Amino acid sequence: MERFRANVLMCSGTGCVASGTMKIKTALSEELKKRGLEKEIKIVLTGCNGYCAQGPVMVVYPDGIFYQSLIVEEVPKLVEEHFLKGRPYQKLMFEEPRKKIPIPTMSEIPFFKYQVLRVLRNRGLLDPESLDEYIARDGYMATAKALTQMTPEEIVKVVKDSGLRGRGGAGFPTGLKWELALKTKSDVKYVVCNGDEGDPGAFMDRSVMEADPHAVIEGMIICAKAIGSHQGYIYVRAEYPLAVKRLQIAIDQCYEAGLLGKNILGTGFNFDLKIYQGAGAFVCGEETALMRSIEGKRGMPRPRPPFPVYEGLWGKPTVLNNVETFGNIPPIILNGADWFSSLGTDRSKGTKVFALTGKVKNTGLIEVPLGTSLREIIYDIGGGIEGGEAFKAVQTGGPSGGCIPAELLDMEVDYESLALAGSIMGSGGMVVMDEDNCMVDIAKFFLSFTQAESCGKCTPCRVGTKRLLEILERITSGKGKKGDIELLEELSQDIKATSLCGLGMTAPNPVLSTIRYFRHEYEAHIKDKKCPAAICKELLTYSILEEFCNGCGACKRVCPAEAITGQRKKLHKIDSKLCIKCGTCFDVCKFKAVMKS
Amino acid sequence: MKEIFESILAAYKNKEGSIISLLQDVQETFGFIPEEAVDWFSKKLDIPASRFYGIATFYAQFHLKPRGKNIITACCGTACHVKGSERLINRLLIELEIPPDENTTNDRRFTVEKVACVGTCGMAPVVIINKKVYGKMTADKLVKEVKTLESKKKTDNNDHNEG
Repeated sequence: MERFRANVLMCSGTGCVASGTMKIKTALSEELKKRGLEKEIKIVLTGCNGYCAQGPVMVVYPDGIFYQSLIVEEVPKLVEEHFLKGRPYQKLMFEEPRKKIPIPTMSEIPFFKYQVLRVLRNRGLLDPESLDEYIARDGYMATAKALTQMTPEEIVKVVKDSGLRGRGGAGFPTGLKWELALKTKSDVKYVVCNGDEGDPGAFMDRSVMEADPHAVIEGMIICAKAIGSHQGYIYVRAEYPLAVKRLQIAIDQCYEAGLLGKNILGTGFNFDLKIYQGAGAFVCGEETALMRSIEGKRGMPRPRPPFPVYEGLWGKPTVLNNVETFGNIPPIILNGADWFSSLGTDRSKGTKVFALTGKVKNTGLIEVPLGTSLREIIYDIGGGIEGGEAFKAVQTGGPSGGCIPAELLDMEVDYESLALAGSIMGSGGMVVMDEDNCMVDIAKFFLSFTQAESCGKCTPCRVGTKRLLEILERITSGKGKKGDIELLEELSQDIKATSLCGLGMTAPNPVLSTIRYFRHEYEAHIKDKKCPAAICKELLTYSILEEFCNGCGACKRVCPAEAITGQRKKLHKIDSKLCIKCGTCFDVCKFKAVMKS
Repeated sequence: MKEIFESILAAYKNKEGSIISLLQDVQETFGFIPEEAVDWFSKKLDIPASRFYGIATFYAQFHLKPRGKNIITACCGTACHVKGSERLINRLLIELEIPPDENTTNDRRFTVEKVACVGTCGMAPVVIINKKVYGKMTADKLVKEVKTLESKKKTDNNDHNEG
């Protein structure tokens, strides 16, 4: 095997690629060649590193020096300093925000320091398209152990004892699900991986599938052995083409290496695995809808019971787990139940991956022990609020979740505490919001999503979400009436109680939680016809401030409604009757002369 | 066209439950689901056309109308929303003069679509232009990218005229 003096692990997750990883890679390999270093330094494209905010990022090993916000122009200098002169290049390092001191190693950077990586154990460390690299990181050791040394009952017991709960949202105990499927007698059983990450604001499953596809496959093989299944499906949403590609490469490699197919590892155990691409429907994240979709039908849920462990895909017993859940399995098999349950809270064990996004400085993917407080997540890891505004709320659990206010920042995050606060764990999206976000608008945003994604099968969800949305639209456009808040609350409770599936049962959560914590914002919209955060279009007026306007005419040129008048170098004016409140003038004015109020 | 249908069908012989995959292939080939395709497959497979339409209209991925030459997909996920994606989209629709309640320009050069989440929330707001992901988008950057595409189209035309 070729040996290199140093390895450059360059993040090629979707986020970093969007920030320009490929250009950096080309520039770096050209520069290394120019300096005659191409045989000494190896560039490896890895999966998502997690620190999307600072992309493109790379880590140079063996020293573990972390470089961020890479730009092509700096590449020659970087090569000269780091690889020729042997001194890490400070200009591209992470800087401690207050003291402005560069922090060279990844393990010292606050964003990484507080994280505990279990599911993301291989993140940024391996080439996702290489089976050898996965094996070098103890890959498929757990499969070998499960297939050669453990009975199905023993596998189920370890998973059960670990306390692992489904990471897709509802938190059903994984071991129990497997046990039920094991005990159900059937000639055919299925293992299905739910990679239909539909929650807007969550991207951990995409990242795991793209960065460590073998970890998912391994979890599925072990599950198959535990319940006695010989056929599995990975359902991936259509919006994730890179995940599909990498999973397919990984599956092909497994067939070639004898890790999938007939007689796996010579043990006589057979398991086939196929990818099924979704076609864009949020409701397909619901298990019965997902299985219908694999069957080639409209992805509509059906009532449970019977639960899928008894009657699932094509009527056969089926275990359906989320990507992150399967990703947790191999280390549990290798290290045991006690190792897993050593982290977490009473009823929520292990770690959870969160997608930290929105108005927070360090956006990205993080993994922390369950029970970590929101404050630690948002301030210690996330670096606080971007732009210095005040924190208003954090939205967890996507469209099924709720908004948690500043008073609850010290809450320990687990399945129970989030439910108590009127939200849910969901798949682990955390969208941070500041004073510039309107909570009624957020509720409307989620309702317009769930209303559009409601499959239409049951009336409470189909009609109820529509009515909720209408009321919210009325409120945000200044036509709210006395009693609207109470009406929202009543209707929400009815929808929750009577909907068929999880989509409808949780759809009112964003409304209820924002009313619970931000009732005053609803009241301001209804009574005073004002949007305190200046977001709701119909309640805004745009005007031009005399002292800042220099008459450049930029606003006049872009105004689609021709509502702005004024001569060159003279004060411009907005005709409020013509103004359609699109905000374009506000965006283009470089002198902050356009004011919205 | 029939030969193309035949070749798509060949991959799915005798498999129940493959209507979605079949429609995905049709769309990949034509950019949308043409009525002729549905009629042809419906007859060939003896599955009512309503089943095809039922599926095509259920899933967001399928389009029954031809789309523009350039596809701009604006992410409307939560992270993008709180970072102002709605304003980006409004500006884009105005810039491209897309008629109200439509998503494609009259000359079919541009289609603007919204998507619930592309899972690149760390880079919000995100816009995908012809399958390339752009993060931390601003209205000005977006308009600039669109103008580049527009001028590219013009030079293509000139080349064509000269050729």
